[in-house]
Formats: sequence, structure tokens, C-alpha cells
Amino acid sequence: MSTLPPTGRQIGDVLLGVEDISLSFGGVRALSGVTFDVRQGEIRAIIGPNGAGKSSMLNVINGVYSPQQGTIRFRGEARRGMNPQRAAAQGVARTFQNIALFKGMTVLDNIMTGRNLKMRATLLEQAIYLGRNQREELQHRAKVEEIIDFLQIEHIRKTPVGRLPYGLQKRVELARALASEPILLLLDEPMAGMNVEEKQDMCRFILDVNEEFGTTIVLIEHDMGVVMDISDRIVVLDYGRKIADGFPDEVRSNQAVIDAYLGVAH
Amino acid sequence: MSKASSPGAADTFPRLLLEHARTRPEKTSIREKDLGIWQSWTWAQVADEVRALALGLSALGFQRGENLAIIGDNRPQLYWAMAAAQCLGGVPVPLYQDAVANEMIYILEDADIRIAVVEDQEQVDKLLEIKDRLPKLRAIIYEDPRGMRNYAQPYLHLYAQVQERGRGVHREQPDLFDREVAQGADSDVSIMLYTSGTTGKPKGVCQTHAALMAAARGACQFDRLDASDEVLSYLPMAWVGDNLFSYAQALVAGFTINCPESGDTVMTDMREIGPTYYFAPPRVFENILTQVTIRMEDAASIKRALFRYFLGVARRCGAQILDGKHSVAFLDRLRYAVGNFLIYAPLRNVLGMSRVRVAYTAGAAIGPDLFRFYRSIGVNLKQFYGSTETCAYVCMQPNAQIKLDSVGPPAPGVEVKIAGTGEVLVKSAAMLSGYYKRPDATAEVFDEHGYFRTGDAGYFDQDGHLKIIDRAKDVGKLTNGAVFAPNFIENKLKFFPYVKEAVAFGHEHDRVCAFINIDLGAVGNWAERRGLAYSGYTDLAANPEVYALIQDCVSKVNAELAADPMLADSQVHRFLVLHKELDPDDDELTRTRKVRRGFIADKYAALVAALYSDVSSCYVETEVKFEDGRKGKISANVRIGNASTLAIDQQTGIPGSRGPEVPSRKSATA
Repeated sequence: MSTLPPTGRQIGDVLLGVEDISLSFGGVRALSGVTFDVRQGEIRAIIGPNGAGKSSMLNVINGVYSPQQGTIRFRGEARRGMNPQRAAAQGVARTFQNIALFKGMTVLDNIMTGRNLKMRATLLEQAIYLGRNQREELQHRAKVEEIIDFLQIEHIRKTPVGRLPYGLQKRVELARALASEPILLLLDEPMAGMNVEEKQDMCRFILDVNEEFGTTIVLIEHDMGVVMDISDRIVVLDYGRKIADGFPDEVRSNQAVIDAYLGVAH
Repeated sequence: MSKASSPGAADTFPRLLLEHARTRPEKTSIREKDLGIWQSWTWAQVADEVRALALGLSALGFQRGENLAIIGDNRPQLYWAMAAAQCLGGVPVPLYQDAVANEMIYILEDADIRIAVVEDQEQVDKLLEIKDRLPKLRAIIYEDPRGMRNYAQPYLHLYAQVQERGRGVHREQPDLFDREVAQGADSDVSIMLYTSGTTGKPKGVCQTHAALMAAARGACQFDRLDASDEVLSYLPMAWVGDNLFSYAQALVAGFTINCPESGDTVMTDMREIGPTYYFAPPRVFENILTQVTIRMEDAASIKRALFRYFLGVARRCGAQILDGKHSVAFLDRLRYAVGNFLIYAPLRNVLGMSRVRVAYTAGAAIGPDLFRFYRSIGVNLKQFYGSTETCAYVCMQPNAQIKLDSVGPPAPGVEVKIAGTGEVLVKSAAMLSGYYKRPDATAEVFDEHGYFRTGDAGYFDQDGHLKIIDRAKDVGKLTNGAVFAPNFIENKLKFFPYVKEAVAFGHEHDRVCAFINIDLGAVGNWAERRGLAYSGYTDLAANPEVYALIQDCVSKVNAELAADPMLADSQVHRFLVLHKELDPDDDELTRTRKVRRGFIADKYAALVAALYSDVSSCYVETEVKFEDGRKGKISANVRIGNASTLAIDQQTGIPGSRGPEVPSRKSATA
């Protein structure tokens, strides 16, 4: 299943380069001159107070927003004219701050949608479930079952998503993102609104995904305990600017970060 | 039975396995749902897998007579490990997979375990945690490689690699395996199961091939089980029942066993497999019925009405129809047939019981209403009686001779008698050869005539069926001399879907009081329906409306008890809803989920004292263990409720209401 040789965790070269990104909506500057990089195989956290521009940053990487200034380099190539679908085709998957699943569909079907980009059969073939589609469907189902097993959601395989508790829905969303076998996984507050036990489970799954599949992960999270525990490096944004970047220990003791979180007289 | 041709000729389990591989190589032996699909192995494949593992184990230094620890959920690979150990003349020792590491130390140490076969990373982590304290342990074989990538310890081995090594050995010495199997004798110990430790430290019960096989053969003939049967294996492997049903009987009869995908999917998997032979302890039947009840309450009113009506019909005549009695009126038969079409058959189908020919329950007393429910909808549920020491084979209910409150006549080949003290004594071939390294304990459980003391109190009724009332040592007396059978009272309370556990006190007291654990699922649902907000178990347990609900249950039990002159004194006067759920991790329940009454009485001495005083609430602080081994504290102000009891008029014998001694509202607002 893994796309990497089974050698455990190894941080490689730069996978994603964010260079001097600025983004504004009318008069509001969401991001100004943000630069950082994400290395192959690492867990990279983006933190910052509310309105710091974290989700905007993720949306830029994901291709939802086009920045007015700056470049994004993915696997060494500068991207132009990006949109979410092309980003997905390149191997970027994401989960959302507010769960964005199909509530009326089963867990299994939701995760199958994550395989959509990999399906080659035509609409007609899919409609009559013949030939190429049948073969494909079986392959994709096998892959999806591996993910179901990995995230331990066998017992809800056939349950409509809308009937599940919040913590499990978050896990299903992660499963759908994984179904596309991403190179880069963007997680927007994967642990928001969870209880302690659910958070522990989610942490475990994020680490497992990173270790087992070698997936590079960029995550936004507010729970500092979690962030400091699981991320390799952390970027801190405040008012759209990068104010710190480094290993958890460095960030923890950084005065600018402390000020941003606790507030100082400007 | 002809000795030469049938599988009956083999006298050890490995020989039975090889016999099946020879006589029915292509028949499915075991299935497991993996990655959403049922994977199956034929008898020939199983024999091959077992041989590979056995030879791999011997290459790792596993020796004749040695014990092999097996820890994990019901997985084909773990059943094969049991067979592999037996092939080498070793003894498999399955452990409860949900036990925390510290609880495993005693058994691993006592059983001199050098090699353990475990399911996955979770179990490996537990063993690594206690490895320092287990000097003898030198190899851990794990089946599932997930998450194991960064474990470099040289004593960790992947199951498949051990098998690979075994296959290599087989190529070099093709006759080694057969030689090993040939050395086995039916008097060898085939398995060692640890008692649950309700009293003192767990003891290793040694069962020989001959003993276990006598039990398995007897039971298979009794219910005419054969190779066409299907069984779902989902109960802990460390429990004698699973050993008998999923291993010994499967090998004797040659039927197929099915391992569910995970503990959470048992219901779905059962429905897909449709077992023909099913076993579950009463608590599982209870959970299923609770689920059905809850779901019916959510159903549309017409469905609810149909359900209620036809359940009434079934209660009236269902069990008689199942037993083939001729006394049922034609009209009732007609009603039952309609009910079967509309309700019972679909319900059986949803529960995965459509094909069940024989279903058993044991391990604890089953509520009569619960028992009657399953029989009335056409599930041939029966009771048996037995223990780890007797291979779970003492009494069984024959078809059509079912009584709600007895466990049936002695099984074929078993001799049962009642001692003067009321204790049940047993003699049969299916009997332990001894407790491991405990000749003192072995000597203690046999009387001078070689009968095994079961420790249960019981008597035979007029039809020769054994009736068990309680553990002999649990049966106590109230200060006025009346008999106090705590289990009996607890079981009556537990029959209510809202009550999950109950602990009754009364021995050497002047009246009976009880602790109650509410069922979070059922009461939670009830609370939601009435718009009661609660944050968790402790909060819900303290809710005054919940107290009123439980009080109602207790009063109904009292009414039943009052109807029996023997038990009228056992009515529950005061009760409380415990602020935490009783948990095996806190030693309050055994791993088989029996309440440890003495331990609970000591631990919550303050609460017991409060029950027997006239206070209306009591503050307690309790230490709890979390699943990850950390400890925490729960504190709560526990209310005490009063139940209405019925007095027996000494002259007329007619119960008259005495009413609660203290108005319940007072305690509710305290």
C-alpha cells in the first residue's frame, strides 16, 4: 500500500515551497509575503490566533484561492492557474474545518468518492456497471477496504454518515482524503470539537498515516499540546504574516509567538 | 461408532485435524472477514498452515510439554497456534485479550511462558511493557505487522516469517511433523485455561485431550452436530466455552467456524454468516433484546402495535409450538403463523438467527422473560451447566424438555449428585486432570469419592432436572434466618433493560439493599426521549428522574419476590445508583463480567453503611483506571433511593403494601 520503501520515517527534500505569498480580498490582506517550505515525509503544522490566515494559506496550497503575488512550488515545479481539481490530480488531498461529507451516503460510498479521480470508466460504463467499470470498481473497493481497516471503521461501513457522531465523521473525512492516495495531505483542524479520547485516536491515526504511507502532512490545529507533540516543524502566522518558523521547542520559546497568543500593547 | 474410518478414531486434536484434512480436504474449515470479504481456508489448507507454524515454533526452540501463550481476538491464525502447540506436544494457554498488562503478568509467570503468539501491536506493546518482569519470556510472535515497522527487538517475530521458517524445516525433514504428532497421547494435557479468579489468584486448569474430547463428542452427539454446521467464534479464546464450541467441537464434528471482522461488527457478521449453532452468555442475549426494544420504541406506531400484539401471541404459544406440543389451539397456531411471517422470521433474520438449530446460553442465570422471548420467536435457545474444570459439560437441556429455571438433566456420561450441604458434585470423563502446579488446590476440589465440588448450590426437581440457585458460598442468611440468594435478586433486577449490573447485600443484615449500575445505552436513550440533558454516566446516574425510573424497577422486583413465601424477606428496601460503571479494569467484575461482591462491598464500604443507615446521600471518591493504564478519580454525591416493599400478612399470607419508609421525593431533592 505504501508509496515509499518501508524504512520508517525519513524527512526528504522540499516537497512544497511557498514563496512570498500575498493574498487580499478587496482591502483585507489575508496573507502578506509568507514564505515557508514543507519537506517530503514531515508533519508540518500551521498555527496562529484566529484570523491569522491559516485556512487562507491552506486554500492557496489547495488551489481554491489564487494569490496576487508569490509562487507555489510543488515537487520542484512552479504552479500556475491552479484549481482544487488540478491540485487533487497532482496528489494534494484535504479535509475541512467543517465536515464536508455527503450526509445521506454511507461511509463506504463517501470514501469511494475519494477514488473518483482515479476512475477511468466512462459515465455510460459506470451507469450499466459493465466491463472496465466492474473491474475498476473491485480494485477501488479493495483499496477503500484497506483504508477502512487502517482507520478501524469497519463497524460503520454501511452506516449513512449523517447518523454518525462527530468524531467518527472526522475520521471518515480523513479516510476519504486518504482514498486518493495523496502525496500531500492538508488537514484543517482535524481535532476541533473532539473530546480527549477522540483526539488521542486522531493523533494516532495522523502519525500512522505519516509513518505507514509516508504521506506528507500539513495541518492546522488549535490544540497546542497536540501540535507540539506530533509536528516536526511549525509555522506561526499572525495578521497574515509569518512571525516564526521552526522546531516545536524553538516556537514554544519564541517571544513573538508568545506575544501573538497572549497579546501585547501595540 | 466404527473406530477405523470415522474421525472418531483419532484420539488427539492434531490427529483429528489431519484426519479432516485427509477425509474432507476441500471443505471449508475456517473463515475470517478481512478487508470486507469473507476469506476461507479448507481443512487441507489449515493443516498446512498449522504444520508450518508448528515446525517454525520448534525451530524457535518450543519443546514438548511447554506452554504457549496466545493473546488476541478470535483469529484463524491464533486457533492454528493452539493446534500447532498441541502438534508439538505443548499446551496452549489462551489469555483474555482485553486484560491490561499487569493482569497478564501473573498468568504468564505462573504458566512458565517462554513463547507467546499474539495478534497485533496492541498486545505486543502490553508484553513489552512487562517484559522486564518476565525473565522466562524470550520470543513474541505477532500476526498483524501493522505499526510494527519500527520495532527492532530481536525477540519479536512475524507470524508469517515463523511459518516460512517452518516450511523450510518441512522441506528438509518431511517426516518431522508426523513424528511429532505421532508422539502425542490422549492423556497429554491439551489446553490450560485459567479460572477467572473470582476467588483469589487465577489457577491454570489442565484439560487432557481425552477429557475435552469426551465433552465435545458428548455434546455433538447430544445435539446431532455435524460437518454442515456453522459457528460464529466471537467469545474470548481464554474462555472454556469458546474452546469447546470453536475448537474442540469443530474438530470433532468437522464444522466451520467463522471469525468476525472485529468486536464491533459481530452483529453484522452474524447476519451474513447465519450460524446454525450459536452460543452466547446471557448478557449478549440481553444486549440484543435491549437493542431490539430500543429500536422498536423508535419505530412507527403501527409497527410498534404489530410488534406488541404478535409478541403477546408468541409469549402465549410460541414456546409450545417450538417444542412440538399438541395442546396449542388452532386459532393460536394461525395467529403464530401470521406473526412468524410478519414479525418473528424477519426479526430472526435481522438478528442473524434464521438458521440457528441449537442456541445455548450459560455462564450466568438467564432471566426467565429473556429466555422465553427467544424461544417464543422460534429460536431454540437452551441452557447448559458446566465450568472450566468440567469442560463446560455437566448438564444440558434436551430439545423439547426446556424449563426456564433449570439447566436440564445430567449430560450423557456425567454423574451428578447433591451433597448434604446443597453443593452440586460431578463425576465424568470430561474433568480436569489438575490445577497447574497446584496439587493442593486439586486435592481440595475433589471429595473422598472422586467427585468434583462445583461450589454451586442446587437441587434436582421432580423431573430430574438440575436447578442452580447460587454459588454455595454466596448463599447467605438474613438476621431473621431467611435464605438470601444475592445472585437470584441481582438477576431479577438485571432483567430490566435499564439495569446493567446489580449487587445485592443482605447476608447478616436485617434487610436487603442493592447497588445498581444503569445501562448507559438504554437509560441514555430514555433520557434523550424525555429531553433530559446529561454529560456522562456519573451525571445521568445522579439524576432524580433516573432514580424514580430505577425505583419503579426495584418495586416490581419486590412485588415478584413477595409472591414467593421463601423469598419475601429478600425484598430490596433501599438502593443506590453507583456513580461509576463497574469495570473489570478496576477489579470490580471478573473478565467474564461477574460481579465480585466481596471486593465491591469492601471498596464501597461507606456506601453500604449508608444504605443500612437512614441517610439520604453519601459523598464518595473513587479511583478509576483508564484504558491506557493511567489513573484518575471520580467523586460524586451518591443518592440513596427507597423502594416500596410489600409486607406479608402472617395470618392470611396476602401481601399488603407497606409503602416506602421515607418519601422518595425527599431523597431525590437531597
